[in-house]
Amino acid sequence: METKLTARDLSSDQEVKWCPGCGDYSILKQMQSVVPELGIAREDIVFISGIGCSSRFPYYMNTYGMHSIHGRAPAVATGLKIANPDLSIWVITGDGDGLSIGGNHLIHLLRRNVDLNVLLFNNQIYGLTKGQYSPTSEMGKKTKSSPLGSVDHPFNPLALALGADATFVARSIDRDPKHMREILTASNKHKGTSFIEVYQNCNVFNDGTFLNFSDKKLKDAFVLMLEEGQPLIFDQGKKGIRLNGLKPEIVNLEEGASANDLWIHDSKDPTKAYILSRFFDENFPRAFGIIYQEDRNTYEDVLMDQLDQAKGAMGEGDLDDLIRGKRSWTVE
Amino acid sequence: MKETKTLSKVTIHFAGDSGDGIQLAGAQFASTTALAGNDLSTFPDFPAEIRAPIGTTAGVSGFQINFGSEEIHTPGGRPDVLVAMNAAAYKKNFANLKPAGVVIVDPAGFDKKNLRLAGYDDEENPLLNKPSDYQFYEIEVTRLNRDAMKDVDIAPRDRDRSRNMFVLGFIYFLYNRNLEVTLHFLEEKFKHKPAVLEANSKALKAGYNYGDTIEAITRYRIEKAKLPPGEYRNVTGNQALALGLIAAAKKSGLELFYGSYPITPASDILHELAARKNYGVKTFQAEDEIAAITAAIGASFGGALGVTGTSGPGMALKTEALGLAMMLELPLVVINVQRGGPSTGLPTKTEQSDLMQAVYGRNGETPIPVIAASSPSDCFRAAYEATRIALEHMTPVILLSDGYIANSSEPWLFPKAASLAEIKPPIRTKSGDFLPYERDAKEVREWALPGTPGLEHRLGGLEKEDKTGNVSYDPENHELMVKIRARKVALVAKDYPKTELLQGVEGAKLLILGWGNTKGAIQVAVSQALAQGLSVAQLHLHHLNPLPEDLGSLLESFERVLIPELNNGQLVRIIRDKYLVKADVLDKIKGQPFLAEEILDRIKKLLKDGDGN
Repeated sequence: METKLTARDLSSDQEVKWCPGCGDYSILKQMQSVVPELGIAREDIVFISGIGCSSRFPYYMNTYGMHSIHGRAPAVATGLKIANPDLSIWVITGDGDGLSIGGNHLIHLLRRNVDLNVLLFNNQIYGLTKGQYSPTSEMGKKTKSSPLGSVDHPFNPLALALGADATFVARSIDRDPKHMREILTASNKHKGTSFIEVYQNCNVFNDGTFLNFSDKKLKDAFVLMLEEGQPLIFDQGKKGIRLNGLKPEIVNLEEGASANDLWIHDSKDPTKAYILSRFFDENFPRAFGIIYQEDRNTYEDVLMDQLDQAKGAMGEGDLDDLIRGKRSWTVE
Repeated sequence: MKETKTLSKVTIHFAGDSGDGIQLAGAQFASTTALAGNDLSTFPDFPAEIRAPIGTTAGVSGFQINFGSEEIHTPGGRPDVLVAMNAAAYKKNFANLKPAGVVIVDPAGFDKKNLRLAGYDDEENPLLNKPSDYQFYEIEVTRLNRDAMKDVDIAPRDRDRSRNMFVLGFIYFLYNRNLEVTLHFLEEKFKHKPAVLEANSKALKAGYNYGDTIEAITRYRIEKAKLPPGEYRNVTGNQALALGLIAAAKKSGLELFYGSYPITPASDILHELAARKNYGVKTFQAEDEIAAITAAIGASFGGALGVTGTSGPGMALKTEALGLAMMLELPLVVINVQRGGPSTGLPTKTEQSDLMQAVYGRNGETPIPVIAASSPSDCFRAAYEATRIALEHMTPVILLSDGYIANSSEPWLFPKAASLAEIKPPIRTKSGDFLPYERDAKEVREWALPGTPGLEHRLGGLEKEDKTGNVSYDPENHELMVKIRARKVALVAKDYPKTELLQGVEGAKLLILGWGNTKGAIQVAVSQALAQGLSVAQLHLHHLNPLPEDLGSLLESFERVLIPELNNGQLVRIIRDKYLVKADVLDKIKGQPFLAEEILDRIKKLLKDGDGN
């Protein structure tokens, strides 16, 4: 009785309680519409979150889920995947949860390459605690806890993920549903830890922080959509990016620059991925899409191989042999 | 012919620099002695530094073993024999030796440099001024061992490294022991290093033969102990814990997941389990203590037996996650191999100072069952029991061991796998009509595993609505849930066997109430007190939370209660609080286990003078 799921099947009976207008609604909606397309049984899907606005997400998905404690979702998910490698696991976290209190777990998850998906909702603010600066807030940001401006240099989440040797690194945004569905689908396909930074607007405490990338009038100039094997072109085809050695340069295609000289996106190239992750300079557009991906053995596959090999070499362990140990003696 | 004396019990203290291989020699003597049929108890005691300053008293590593043809409950008080590899080892331990005891020393360890490092004054050398009523064996271990190394292909700097085996060989001769166990051990250990194997085997035999050669030496015979019949092995606490976890996982039909971050003195549990992959054991060396417990929670959510192990400082870090596990009502075993605290404290020394932390140390109303192990072999039972409670009651359980139990060893009349009680986790397989927080008569909810169709549900640390498990801020519901969770843990006590005195009778003037590693010392003290006609009894607790339901009425029958604890008074507060009985503490906070005589002294003071202080 294989019946295809619909987005409605993925919606739990709990009332969604994010602020009206929050970017989280869009991400939830895209997730609920993508999951039925993945061909995974609902019972095999698990959402694991930490603490924060985004971390309420599992309550709204009609799958298995756990709303764990602050920052620890990557560790919970790792244990779950090791216990049952057949599950499709999605970690939902935010910039505070994933990069501040849980930063340690995130980088270790990425280096281990456990096969699961991480969605980091980045709104560059602490929302649930009502508006303090976060580890991705820009320097100088004035908030309740930084009345004279934040003195913290922010994290660049994609550069951090690349630095931790993540095998799938991507960026998307709440206001581009189609793109988000594509990235979610690609992330599910990737074997290993997929890290997706999602720009998400907090309309209460940090409204408009990503306006450059969502506003119809502005985004052409600021958004660079990456497509595998295609040249880096933005601003309605007017501008392109080429590499001068390792130095990216913006060229104007309407003023004689040739499209043939442009940087061709190759998501397997770690050096280029790093350069793309550093596009924060105002002159450069922000890159969206799959910045980097590679095939590498997953943690759980290597572990299971070790278990199989041990059983092969030593035989399936017998409990009495184990308890007896190597040297026992009998008292008559 | 050499003279042979028969003894019923001997305590030997091996001491040397922490690089001298004292722990290895001691552990080998214990294995050989166990196999020879003696009862025994050991106490390894070493510095926290991997390599403390050579030759100083701070760097002295010790290993004490008490063995005999009678039942042995402690590693012994003052040793009969002191083996001191250098002046520092001698200086640190001589005063503790029994009057007229035996001292075995290597004069090379008492040269000018060693004497100075040990803190002796100029020109002072204890070997030149030996107390005449002690029996000294001055054996030129270093020189004799170098002779034995003559034809062995090892670097000159390594030739002294087998001195521990030379001394061990000599002690084997002295106590009529067989070399076979240690020779076999060396063959295994140095399989791939033939020269090192040869060096150590030769040293061992040379030490034994040296004993055979010298004149005027008394050998000792210790007959086999009259232990209950059955099959035995020697086991340390950490080994027994690992075995207990694997056994419990097998008997419950689950995979064992052990998440841990290396920490003294718990790391050996991780090592033991990591080597058991053919038993399907999955070990996860986490990035930190919090990841270790939360990964174990994730594994439990997924249907494995999630276990994490640590010591006090790690336990502090796991506190928030313990609260989560309690809210999720998932099975989880959390092992705390206690060490001296607070903070980093005394990593290699033993203490029982995390009891309050285990019973109370969390935010909110967070009741969690607490189990304690009382000896190395008892760690198996404790691990099995902790797992049973975790699985059958769907709750995190804290298991308290400690550094003393963890590293000590004793003979163990081990059980057959078939005799172990089945463990039945309440795994839900039937789909439909599933409410995650619906409970049975014991307030236990069902365990629905991801991957099971029709049982999809969400768990979390926010307060749950009764039965549905949905998030709820309703005040009535919160109070109800707090009470339900308290009752659920209280009901764990319904499973306990009847609480029985180990020695003495109800109504005695004084009850010695113990928990954890104090059992052996209390046993010896109480039996001596009873032999002296004192009105005393012994009771030992294995379940610290909830306490046994019949404990209160039992306690009331005694005039007073004395609780020996390696802390500043923790169980005593819990007992006074719960039962309002007159209970006193005998505390000891020195990083060392109790000596039986310390407890006996207090018993006598209390009963003869009526004054415990």
